[in-house]
Parts: sequence; C-alpha cells; structure tokens
Amino acid sequence: MERLTGTFKVKSGLAEMLKGGVIMDVVNAEQAKIAEKAGAVAVMALERVPADIRAAGGVARMADPKKIKEIMDAVTIPVMAKCRIGHFVEAQILEALGVDYIDESEVLTPADPENHIDKWQFKVPFVCGARDLPEACRRIAEGAAMIRTKGEAGTGDVIEAVRHMRLMNKQIRIVRQASDEELVTLGKEWGAPVEVLRLIKELGRLPVVNFAAGGIATPADAALMMQLGCDGIFVGSGIFKSQDPERRAKAIVMATTYYNDPKVLAEVSEDLGEPMPSISAAQLPERELLQVRGN
Amino acid sequence: MRIGVLGLQGDFREHLEMLRALGVDARDVRTKEQLHEVEGLIIPGGESTTMAYLLEKMGLLSILRERGAQGFPIYGTCAGMILLARELNDSYPENRLALMDISVKRNAYGRQRDSFEADLHIKDIGEFHAVFIRAPKIVGVGPSVEILAEHDGAPVLVRQKHLLASSFHPELTGDPRVHKYFLEMVTRG
Repeated sequence: MERLTGTFKVKSGLAEMLKGGVIMDVVNAEQAKIAEKAGAVAVMALERVPADIRAAGGVARMADPKKIKEIMDAVTIPVMAKCRIGHFVEAQILEALGVDYIDESEVLTPADPENHIDKWQFKVPFVCGARDLPEACRRIAEGAAMIRTKGEAGTGDVIEAVRHMRLMNKQIRIVRQASDEELVTLGKEWGAPVEVLRLIKELGRLPVVNFAAGGIATPADAALMMQLGCDGIFVGSGIFKSQDPERRAKAIVMATTYYNDPKVLAEVSEDLGEPMPSISAAQLPERELLQVRGN
Repeated sequence: MRIGVLGLQGDFREHLEMLRALGVDARDVRTKEQLHEVEGLIIPGGESTTMAYLLEKMGLLSILRERGAQGFPIYGTCAGMILLARELNDSYPENRLALMDISVKRNAYGRQRDSFEADLHIKDIGEFHAVFIRAPKIVGVGPSVEILAEHDGAPVLVRQKHLLASSFHPELTGDPRVHKYFLEMVTRG
C-alpha cells in the first residue's frame, strides 16, 4: 500500500500533536530524560542554551551531530534541533540525522543575510520565529509548518514574547475584518504573501500552530502566553538554568495545561527556588538583540 | 449527547471541532468533575508520556480506568491508543489505562520523516484516507478484539466492545465517519 511521506499535512500534523505542551531546551541525555519525565512533549537538542550562547558571543552554529544523536537515543518523545537562518546544509544534516523538527533559529548566528531556507524542499518539518504576522506569513510561504514568537531568547524576560503575540493577535483581527481588496493592499503594505493572508482570514487564525518562545521563565509566564492565545510553550534557558530544573519543568507543564485555573497556578508556583539569572530585555543594546536576526 | 475530549495536551481542538460539526455537545475534559459529566471520552493524539503524567497527577487515571472497565465508551487516537493498550513494547509510559487487550509498540512506524498518509479500507465504513504521525503500531490483539482496518498487515483501527483505538488521526482529515462510528457505539451502549 502506498505511503505518502513529507506532506504538509504530516508536517503541520506533528505540531498539532504538540499543542498544549512544553518543549524544553536540553544539552545532554541526562537533561533530556529529566524533561521527558517532567512531561515535556518534545526536547530541543542543543550544545548550549540561549543564555550561554548569549554569554559566549562569537558565531553560534548547529550542534555537534554526536550530541544530537545522544539526545535522540535518550528519549522517546520528539527531538528538535536548531540550524542557522538560511543554512540549508545544516538543515540537510539534521534531516539526515532523523530529527523530528528543525528550528531555523535566530538564536544561532544567521548564515544568509537575505534569505531563509526553502523549507518545501525537506521532508522534515520546520518551526520558525516571528515578531509579527507578516513575518509569520513569510515563513509559512517558505514552508514552515509551525510558528513561534521570537521573544528575546536567553533573557528570562517575557516582555518581547508578549509584544510579539499581542501584535500578531491584533494583526489577525485586522485580517479577519479586511475585505478581499483590502487584503491585497495589506499584503503590499506588510510585505506578507496574500495567499497566506487569505488563509488566515478564512480560518480566523494562523494556518499552523503558534507557540510562545523567548524569555519564558516561570509557570505564570507560560500561562500568560497561553491566555494570550499561544498553542504551547518553548522554554529555553528557563528550566536548566534555574535552581531546581525538575521541579520547575513539572510546574511549567502543569501551568501550560491549567493556564486558566489560577488556583492550580498558585499551587505549582510555590517554592520553586530561584529562576534563571535574568536580564531585562529593555536594557540590551540593539546589537545584542537576537530577535532582529532574519525578517 | 455529551462527549468529552481529554484536553490535557495534544490535538483536542480538532476532535472537539469534529464532534461539534456532528451536532454533539462536545466538552473539553481536564478535571474529575468534567469527566463525570460526559457519556463517552475521546483521548486525542499528542504525547502519551505527557498525558499519562498529567492524568495521574490530577487523579484522573484511576477514575477513568474504573469507568472504562465498567463500560464507559472511550476512543483513543495515537497517544490515546497507547494509553488504552494493556501491553506496551516500551517501558514508557508506565501508568496508563491498560483497558484494551492489544499490544502496542510506540513510534514503530519510525520518526517524523516516516510519518505518512495512506488509504485504508475500514469495515462498515469503506475507503478512508488516514494520517499517521510518529504512529504507534499494534503488534498483537486478544481474541475479544475486532480488527476494523489494517495497513501493511498491521491492525490500525480496532474495537473491543465499548473501546475503540486507532494508530491514525481521523480528526486531521475532516472526514467524520470514524467519529460517527464511535458516537454510534456510545448510543447503542
């Protein structure tokens, strides 16, 4: 019997299965197992978490395949990995390794000053960051099967993720109310492919899953992003840079499911120890911002 | 008819939308109270380890296991099927419902790059286009289990009295016939 693989249906379908869940950054097999046991729906295999990438400076690249394989062998949940923006060969390598999702990520140093990867060429699905709806539309037009806010990775400051999600929500409201001719004008003004805008108008939401990422450090942060309408949560440095990663991981998983229940949120927020060492995103000089990479 | 969809994690929205399109009073179920209000339950696709963790943490696992043993209709898709399976070819997740006499191997169809679409023939339903995502494989069934569809020699849709399970995701294709089949199971008891 014939099997069709690599279709957009199965690519976006996996993202649908991750909804309401937490995807955690891990740098080794031991952390991956802690994440899985705490209820993570997937892990992001990395050499360094964003806070350490930020601190290290220099050029951040795809992780060592050995590291990724070690993490893939350690858990049964999906494993994601990051490649540089526009670096389609890193993506080819990650696909060959068999990772379940590729994050074409601004957290790594971009490899192409103008273009993102043509993601239609791959069987493995991609997630991409976006700061607003036009950016999300461009990534979807390139074949991204999942979107996340960019936020400001490695800071532990949620303000940028909130800014990006609120802006996307506002722009979706504009699209829903626009007439067909206005959609074309919006597409021109925003630099957004009109076919994707049409799809958004028809559905009343993005045609793919939209997660929160970039600065989530507490259960309350996760619930805030869920109440703003995100489909799920990425936590980068927020877990394994905190004082008690296992406890915090479990608490963020609970908060992502029961985001509308302040009683549960109060319970899980109790006695978690220190969060990750954080930086106010507003204090960062322009050149240190990760969210402006790729557009 | 009031049907619940377990909303702890996964593609519960798609199941809710499918049921509502069929005119059913479909409810998102995340608490014991909500579970008591429904006449049948769909466990969606998602991560079985996450759902098992949350089911146990919230005290839903034992209640659901007890009700399921007493005839409460449950349909599990993908992760839901893993939770229903009595035997698992994997140590994870340890704590599950284990209500159906089937043996299941997690991720046996491969990683995401092997996820696929295929056409099936379902007994009493007919041709059906199915989506398999990091799907679990049924590797054994007990005598009381009826095989309703197969793909490449493995069962992919099975029924045991009031319990239904599939390796694939009918909620992703917009074709409501498997959901209708489950609703009939609930109605007829």
